[in-house]
Amino acid sequence: MTAKNIMIVGVGGQGTLLTSRILGGLAIELGYDVKLSEVHGMAQRGGSVVTFVRYGDKVAEPIVEEGVADIVIAFERLEAYRYAHYLKKGGALIVNDWRIDPMPVVIGAAKYPDNILEELSKEYRLYSVNATEESRKLGNSRVFNMIVLGVAARHMDFTKEQWYDVIEKTVPPKTVDINRQAFDVGYNLEAR
Amino acid sequence: MSEGKKVVMLGNEAIARGAYEAGVKVSAAYPGTPSTEISEYLVQYKDDLYCEWSPNEKVATEVAIGASVSGVRSMACMKHVGFNVAADPAYTVSYMGVNGGLVIVVADDPGLYSSQNEQDTRMVARAAQLPVLEPSDSSEAKEYMKTAYELSEKFDRPFVFRITTRLAHSQGLVALSDREEIEDRPYVKDVKKTVMMPGNAKLRHVEIEKRNLELAEAAESLPINTAEFNDTKIGVITSGIPYQYVKEAMPEASVLKLGMVNPLPRKMIEDFASKVDKLYIVEELDPVIEEQVKSWGIEAIGKEIFTVQGEYSANMIRRAVLGQELEIAAPKPAPMRPPILCPGCPHRSVFYVLQKLKMHAAGDIGCYTLGAVAPLGVVDTTICMGASISSLHGMEKAKGKEYIKNWVAVIGDSTFLHTGINSLMNMMYNNATGTVMILDNSTTGMTGHQDHAATGKTLQGDPTYAIDIPGLCRAVGVKHVVEVNAFDIGTLEHVIKEETAREEVSVIITKSPCVLLSKARKPVYTAHRDKCKTCGMCMKPGCPAMTRNEDGTIYIDDTMCTGCGLCEDLCKFDAIEIVKAGDR
Repeated sequence: MTAKNIMIVGVGGQGTLLTSRILGGLAIELGYDVKLSEVHGMAQRGGSVVTFVRYGDKVAEPIVEEGVADIVIAFERLEAYRYAHYLKKGGALIVNDWRIDPMPVVIGAAKYPDNILEELSKEYRLYSVNATEESRKLGNSRVFNMIVLGVAARHMDFTKEQWYDVIEKTVPPKTVDINRQAFDVGYNLEAR
Repeated sequence: MSEGKKVVMLGNEAIARGAYEAGVKVSAAYPGTPSTEISEYLVQYKDDLYCEWSPNEKVATEVAIGASVSGVRSMACMKHVGFNVAADPAYTVSYMGVNGGLVIVVADDPGLYSSQNEQDTRMVARAAQLPVLEPSDSSEAKEYMKTAYELSEKFDRPFVFRITTRLAHSQGLVALSDREEIEDRPYVKDVKKTVMMPGNAKLRHVEIEKRNLELAEAAESLPINTAEFNDTKIGVITSGIPYQYVKEAMPEASVLKLGMVNPLPRKMIEDFASKVDKLYIVEELDPVIEEQVKSWGIEAIGKEIFTVQGEYSANMIRRAVLGQELEIAAPKPAPMRPPILCPGCPHRSVFYVLQKLKMHAAGDIGCYTLGAVAPLGVVDTTICMGASISSLHGMEKAKGKEYIKNWVAVIGDSTFLHTGINSLMNMMYNNATGTVMILDNSTTGMTGHQDHAATGKTLQGDPTYAIDIPGLCRAVGVKHVVEVNAFDIGTLEHVIKEETAREEVSVIITKSPCVLLSKARKPVYTAHRDKCKTCGMCMKPGCPAMTRNEDGTIYIDDTMCTGCGLCEDLCKFDAIEIVKAGDR
């Protein structure tokens, strides 16, 4: 199998790292060669954060480059906008329909683009969910990323049971149930 | 027994595992992205080895040297700029050689993800005549550590183990082995080798020149230097992470992959060059391999087509070597999202007060460097660890004591203990009058919360004496040491005015722990639209949890607010108040 290229983007603190580790963990369980690339340190402090997951029979470079991503998972709209061009033709863009203003926007030095999702949907296979709102309904706004991952899972080749299994192995034991529930919410959403 | 088990590991985790398997007994480090996690992973093996956070990289390296002299395998870990701090012992231990194997792991940061410069450790190591190994993935990171110790002892040379951010923070599969139980080498007093006074060092210099030649000879047949012959139209000499980019971009090319990048295997390179039609040298940052290869009269293409800046990629190699352009959509014009201080960060309120007082700050290395960016914009300088205090002192000596009355030095607790304390002693010794602010958040923040000499806990998790920072300042002679809660902005303003006006050295310590340290549920604030006058006072500190609604009133994102209350203090209209936290 040629390497699958998945990219997870978001704002520092949103859990991109944990999500990439869940995904990477799943690919390892299934016997693939896997490389993940993460961002630590200063860039994590509320900045734009990118992690890469690559799996296949043999993986060389640990990064996903522009124009080759099979899936981009974005935890925030502006970050989807920033990195959509990493997708290959026909790639899937999964977006949490949520807005976090970057500091240049907060202080009025830049404008948050209007109609991001409309614009991106014209060029990419776009699937959006307001996961932050959905997670509140579950009573824990921190599991929003698991909802987004649930949506993304529909576009990957793993079974639901395989996902459950890796979630259980990766998240803190006390949070397994809520994370599985959140994953289900995303997984069961009607494609939009 | 873990023999043969395959697991996925970060590069840094694999280095820790390699040190463990190689039988390392002592490791010392100071945190620095991208090297920090090596020690954090190493601590899981504390039943078999000793590891510590030292106050700085010079100390860490000397601890490792001491352990090596005594006869055990030892390690020091640091980021590239930390290697500058450790340069003094590193250059001289190069003359001494080792007893137990000694490896200094140094992490470079091409692309400057978390650093103040983009220096290439291979250059420093060459200047110090230290041999260098460089792995290209997690699996090699573990195996090469073992090779480094074997070579270190065999050739009596300390080794530099060079990695980059991409290797440190990428995960890949690693096959585990068991720990080798290495017997301690006996300590035999040998002052000609361990007392580096001129007469002895002069002889050691001769000796290490000889040893390096022997090592260069051995490099010709080391299994970590490998020629992979495929199509010989294109040949590439590379090492480290760029090897992966070369394999991705040109799987059909012939590749000479160097695991040891100093000294180089000259005959092997000459032989490889003679067998390929066109030779490229692909190395991130400086042309270290390239300049040597070209100096031997070998024709090669390197920095003519490759940059000395930032990270490489497969696409970049496809473009530069093969002239292939991938069809890539144009990036969207997204506004930047630079890193910022976290919501609830105690540094924010300190910088807010400094900004209100129109102060300048000589800054330092840590999260508080972010006080340089809008809307705070208080920090004027950032150079290196500890430089805030000494550069403020230099300004005073250049321009006089009146000039620095609207300046302060701003430094964190861990950085103060790293090298800031020397600069404070200098201020006292040389009759300075400046004001130093120690932003004490009880941790090493930026690198991800490591303990240090004032936290009361060691890397191995043992309770220990916590250095009393105010007491330390008083001990070097500072008479005016004032402690303030960072969020008490009224008192803070008063204290800063008073201490900067004073013509004596003052230290203001703002003592508030990093907001990420506490896992306790915190209150969450909300802004009432009906009471908000849209004046923007609460927005001045630049809290990322706060934005404006379309009508200009304030909106507080409840998923981000950590309840520090700074916005409530600044609102004159009681429009901001605590709401019961939803689900937090």
